Amino acid sequence: VSDVAHADAHAEHHPRLQHHFYSLEQQNYAATLGMWAFLLTEVLFFGGLFLAYTLYRWQYTPGFVEGSHHLDRWLGGFNTVVLIGSSLTMAMAVYAAQTNQRRKQVLFLALTILLGLVFLGVKVIEYGDKFEHHLVPGPNFQFPGPNAHAAEIFYSLYFAMTGLHALHMIIGVGLMSVILVMAWRGAFSETWYTPVEISGLYWHFVDIVWIFLFPLLYLIT
Amino acid sequence: MHIASPRLYLMVFAALMVMTIITILAALVDLGRLNLTVALAIAVTKATLVVLFFMHVKYSPRMIQVAAGAGFVWLGIMVVLTLSDYFTRNILALGK
Repeated sequence: VSDVAHADAHAEHHPRLQHHFYSLEQQNYAATLGMWAFLLTEVLFFGGLFLAYTLYRWQYTPGFVEGSHHLDRWLGGFNTVVLIGSSLTMAMAVYAAQTNQRRKQVLFLALTILLGLVFLGVKVIEYGDKFEHHLVPGPNFQFPGPNAHAAEIFYSLYFAMTGLHALHMIIGVGLMSVILVMAWRGAFSETWYTPVEISGLYWHFVDIVWIFLFPLLYLIT
Repeated sequence: MHIASPRLYLMVFAALMVMTIITILAALVDLGRLNLTVALAIAVTKATLVVLFFMHVKYSPRMIQVAAGAGFVWLGIMVVLTLSDYFTRNILALGK
């Protein structure tokens, strides 16, 4: 295809439509399905950790209960509210894109990023507290009573699971920053908003992981 | 293309908040083994709301719905087969 013919072909359709798709709708469908395929690998990725957690909790229940009591359930609960709030603002950002409201897209994306950062900030405070109280697994781990080893396993899983989750949050904040800049420049409209939608799917998935982590780590009785 | 209304999103958010509070309150009461069941039942309900409404699966093409469902079927296979191994090891050891 010559450059001229290629340019002509572009002139006839939406600038965001790639030539191997019939329509923007089909293109969006393919992107959404692809994102779900990725999220399924993430479900199994986190699933393995939840499974390890299940087996160890079953094996070492008293140590897990004692270990859990050293986590601040109110900070954990606060972070749950923050993260669910960020899912609401994320959904509203997609809605703003679907209805051609550029300023609202920017506002809701900024709020989503802000809430994500608040979550990570609380996590920093919590991790710092664990270092201070010698609850980080390793040579400096200290725990009173006969269940110290089991509690150390609990904290190994705590750091592995919340650490992996926090890494996803950091990636999510980076992703949303890119989307924010695109929204600011007016890239999205009712005809094309796929990036907002599928990065939103990622954000909601990370929220769901926390919905399970919170009761399983902070609220063991 | 289906556009869900902000009102629906707010209702889902409110339901998620109520369930978060119930989760915390339920953990303050000693229900024995039921504590874990209650916490997990609420978490599964919350996750379902997020998937159906925030992630638009309720209004998505059937293929997306099948894909989303498949993830949890595969997770189920991994969990059930692994646990059926671990939870039956002691039963077999009794025969020795």
